[in-house]
Amino acid sequence: MSKHHVTTTINGEETEFLCETQETLLDVLRNTLNLTGSKEGCASGDCGACSVIADGTLVCSCLMLGVEAEGKTITTVEGIADGETLHPVQRQFLEHAALQCGFCTPGFIVATKALLDANPDPTEEEARYWLAGNLCRCTGYDKIIRAVMDAAAEMRGEARAA
Amino acid sequence: MNYIIPQSELKVVGTRPVRPDGVDKVTGRATFGADMTLAGMIWGKMLRSPHAHARIVAIDTSRALALPGVRAVVTAADFPDIASEEAFVGEGPMNFRDLSRNCLARDKVLYEGHAVAAVAAASQSVAEAALDLIDVTYEVLPHVIDVEAAMAAGAPILHEDMFTVGIEPKPTKPSNIAKRVAFAKGDAEAGFREADVIVEGRYTTQPVHQAYIEPHACLAQVAADGQAHIYSSTQGQFMVRAYCAKVLGWEIADIRSYPMEIGGGFGGKTLVYLEPVALALARKAGRPVKMVMTREEVFRASGPTSGAVIEVKIGARRDGSIVAAREVLKYQAGAFAGSPIGPGCMCGFAMYDLPNVDVVGYDVVSNRPKVAAYRAPGAPITSFAVESAMDDLARKLKIDPLALREMNGARDGSKTHYGVTHRDIGFLATLEAARSHPHYSAPLKPGQGRGVACGFWFNIGGESSGAVHVNEDGSISVVSGNPDIGGSRASMAMMAAEVLGVPIEHVRPIVGDTASIGFSHLTGGSRVTFATGMAVTQAAERVVDQLKQRAAQIWEIPAEAVEWKDGKAYPAGLNAGAFEPLSLAQIALKAGRTGGPISSEVTLNAQGAGPGFGCHICDVEVDSETGHVKILRYTAVQDVGKAIHPSYVEGQIQGGAAQGIGWALNEEYIYDKDGKMENAGFLDYRVPVASDLPLIEAVMVEVPNPRHPFGVRGVGEVPIVPPMAAVANAIRAATGLRMPDLPISPPKLRAALDAASGAKAA
Ligand code: FES
Ligand code: FES
Repeated sequence: MSKHHVTTTINGEETEFLCETQETLLDVLRNTLNLTGSKEGCASGDCGACSVIADGTLVCSCLMLGVEAEGKTITTVEGIADGETLHPVQRQFLEHAALQCGFCTPGFIVATKALLDANPDPTEEEARYWLAGNLCRCTGYDKIIRAVMDAAAEMRGEARAA
Repeated sequence: MNYIIPQSELKVVGTRPVRPDGVDKVTGRATFGADMTLAGMIWGKMLRSPHAHARIVAIDTSRALALPGVRAVVTAADFPDIASEEAFVGEGPMNFRDLSRNCLARDKVLYEGHAVAAVAAASQSVAEAALDLIDVTYEVLPHVIDVEAAMAAGAPILHEDMFTVGIEPKPTKPSNIAKRVAFAKGDAEAGFREADVIVEGRYTTQPVHQAYIEPHACLAQVAADGQAHIYSSTQGQFMVRAYCAKVLGWEIADIRSYPMEIGGGFGGKTLVYLEPVALALARKAGRPVKMVMTREEVFRASGPTSGAVIEVKIGARRDGSIVAAREVLKYQAGAFAGSPIGPGCMCGFAMYDLPNVDVVGYDVVSNRPKVAAYRAPGAPITSFAVESAMDDLARKLKIDPLALREMNGARDGSKTHYGVTHRDIGFLATLEAARSHPHYSAPLKPGQGRGVACGFWFNIGGESSGAVHVNEDGSISVVSGNPDIGGSRASMAMMAAEVLGVPIEHVRPIVGDTASIGFSHLTGGSRVTFATGMAVTQAAERVVDQLKQRAAQIWEIPAEAVEWKDGKAYPAGLNAGAFEPLSLAQIALKAGRTGGPISSEVTLNAQGAGPGFGCHICDVEVDSETGHVKILRYTAVQDVGKAIHPSYVEGQIQGGAAQGIGWALNEEYIYDKDGKMENAGFLDYRVPVASDLPLIEAVMVEVPNPRHPFGVRGVGEVPIVPPMAAVANAIRAATGLRMPDLPISPPKLRAALDAASGAKAA
C-alpha cells in the first residue's frame, strides 16, 4: 500500500507525515505522531473526544482524513497551553474539578477554546449547546459548565462569575 | 476507631485543592489504555459473531494466517477449557468458566458480538483484512432476547447444563433461569390483610450501558521465558492479573499488570475482555500486541447492566405506616448467569423499616451480552419500581411523599428483610435535608411537575494496600493499588497530608502496578476512599511514629516524649522547649544515620463501610406535542459520611444523577428480530449531553461513619439509584400519567399522552 506524504502545521510546528488513504487525522495524530492527547471515544463524530482546531474551525479529527491536513494549521490539546503556562480554560477546569476520569477533558478543553475564540461572552445555554457534541459520562457537565463560564469571564478580564 | 484528628482541626481534609494528576489530564499528557506503545508493537483485532445464537461447527484460520503481515491468530482452542469455579470479586460473583467463554466463544456463540477469534498483524488495516479471511461455519440456533420470553416454557435454551438453583426439588430440565432467590421478613400475606390502602404496579427497565467514553484497551507483552506485562484500562490491575492467569492457565507471578489511566468504568471495567486474548496473541506472535475496542464493540460485547421486569405491591394503614411489601424481580443476566439480582432483591426496601416483606428474584440468561456491574448494580432497577410505587402510595394516602418516607424510613436499629440491622445511618438526616431545601418548596408553573425519590447502596470495604514513603528531602510519596477513576489520588494524598501535617503539594500519590504495592481489590463498590484511604491513613500514622522515634533518637530522649504537630517533632512533657523542633525534612535528611529509610506499607481488609442514602428532587416540563421531557431543576441530597475532597464528592453525585436521567429518559438497547443490536453507537444510543441537563445541585449531608478514621462512606454509587423514579414521579406530577416502562422516551410518552387525551375526549 503506498502512502501519502502530507505537510501541515501542528501546534505551531511544521510537521510532515506519511499516511494511508483511509487513515483519519486522529489515527495519524495518535499512532504516527504520538500526540495521544486527542482521544478516540467513538470514531464516528459523536463524542468529541478527538476535537482539534483546523484552520480556526473546531472539528472531530476522527472525521477528517490525514491527507486533508495538507497545508492546514492544526491545534490539538497539546498545543493549548503556552509552554508550561496553562491556558485559562485548563486552569479553570482544574480549579472547578471539572473532570473525573479526564478522558473527555482534552476534547472539552479544545472545544471550549474554540467556543471562546468565537464567542467570548457566551450564555450558559450557548455554552451547553456548543459543547453538546462533547460527551462526558462522569461529571453530569455541572462543573464543566461552571469552568467554561469562569474561563470566559477571566479571559474577558472580569472577576469570577461564580 | 475514632477520628484521629478532631473534625474542627482538619487542615487538608475537607478542602478543595487541585488534584495531583490534574495538569496531565488537561494538557493531554495522561496515558490512558490506548495511549501506551512499546517497541515492535503490532495490532490485535477481534472477530465477533454475527449471530445471536449459533453453534460453531468449524473455524478455519488458514487463509488469514497466509495474509502477509499477519503474525498470529487465536481461538478458544488456544486456551485451557477451564472448569466452573466461582470467585467473589467485590460487586458480584464471577464464574471463570463463563469468563473464559465470554473472552472467546467455545462450541457456541451466545450473542451477536460474542468474540470468536482474534488476529495480530503489523497494522490495523492488515488485521482488519485478516478478520475477513477467518472462515467460521455456524449452525444458527433459535434465540431469545427478552427476559420473560427466556423464562417461558419452550424457550431456546442457552446452556444445556443450567438447572435453576434455589428451587426444591432440584429441576430435571435445563432452564434459562440460573437461580431463584427469596427474602422474607414477617408475614406479608397477613400484613396485606391489615392494609387500608394497597398500591400495585408492574415496571420494566431496559439494559443500559455504562457508556464510559474510553473504549476498552490494552497492550500485552510476553517474553521468551513466559514473563508477561499487561498494560490496560481497568478498575483493578490485580483483577486483570488474576483473571488473565486463570483464563490462560499461567502463574500469577508471571504476569505484571500495569493500570493505565482509566477513562471511566462505572463497574464496566471490573472484568476482562481483551487482556487474556492480547496476552495469548503476544505470546504466539512474539511481539507486543495492542488491542482497542471500537465503540460498536463496546456496545455489543461489553457491559451493559440488566434490563428487568419488576412487580411491586405495598400496603399501608391510613396513617401512612406500611404494613406489608412484596416484590418479584426478573433480571436479565445476558448470555451467562450473574445479574445483580441479589442486590436487586435487597436494595428496594432496604431504606424502610417494614414489618412484613416478601421478595423473590430470578436471574435469567438470554442472547445478549453478559451484563457487567454498573454503579450500585441492581439497585437502580428495583428502586425505580419501589420508589414509583411509594409515590403512588403517597398520592393515594394524600401524604407528602417525603413525610411518607420519613414515617417508614430506616433508622439505627431497623432490621432489613435480608437480615442486616442498620447502624449509624443517615437516611432520616438526608430526608430532612431534602425537605428543608428551598427547591422542595419552590413554586412550579402550570404544566410543570416535581418528583422525589430515594436510594440506598451498601458500599463495601475489603482488601487494600497503601504505602507512604518519606523521600530524602522530606517530600512524600503515596502508593495505592487502586486505579484512580474519579480523583482518588487527591483523596489519598489529602489523608496522608492531614496525618503527617504537611501541605498537600509535598505529597505525590501514584497508583502502583501489581509488583509495586500489595494486593488491592479493584476500584468498585465505592470502596477506595474508605478502604484504601484507611490503609493510607494507617501507613501515614506509622510513618509519624517512626518520625517521632527518629527525633527522639537525635535528641536522645524517649520516643514517648516527642509530639508530632504540623509536620514537626516537638519535645514534649519534661523536655518541652528543651530542643528546637525538627521538621520532617530535617529528620528525613538524617534518616540514613538514624536507622534507614522511613516508610510504611499497610495492607488490611477494611470492614464497616457505612451504607449511603440519597434523596433526589426533580422538576420537569413535558412538551405535550413531542413527548419530550425537559429537566428544569435537579437537586441531589446524599449522606456522604465525610467528604475528603468535596468537589469530587459533588462530582460523583452530579455524574450519577446525570447517568440516571439518561437511564430514565433515553437509554436502551434496541434489537431487531434476528437478535442484533440496532443502536450500537452514540448517535442512536443517546447519553445525556450538556444541553439536556440543568446544573445539578449536590447537597452533602455529613453523617460520619465511625468505622473510618475520617468518617468516610462510599459515595459513588448511591446517586444513580434515585433518578429514574424521581424523573418518573415528576412526569406523573406534570401529566397525571404513571409511566412504568423505561426509558420514558418522547414517542412513548407522546403515545401515552395521546391515549390519555383520547380517553378524556371519548
Ligand atoms: S472519536 Fe471523534 S467524535 Fe468520538
Ligand atoms: S471526566 Fe470522565 S468522561 Fe468526562
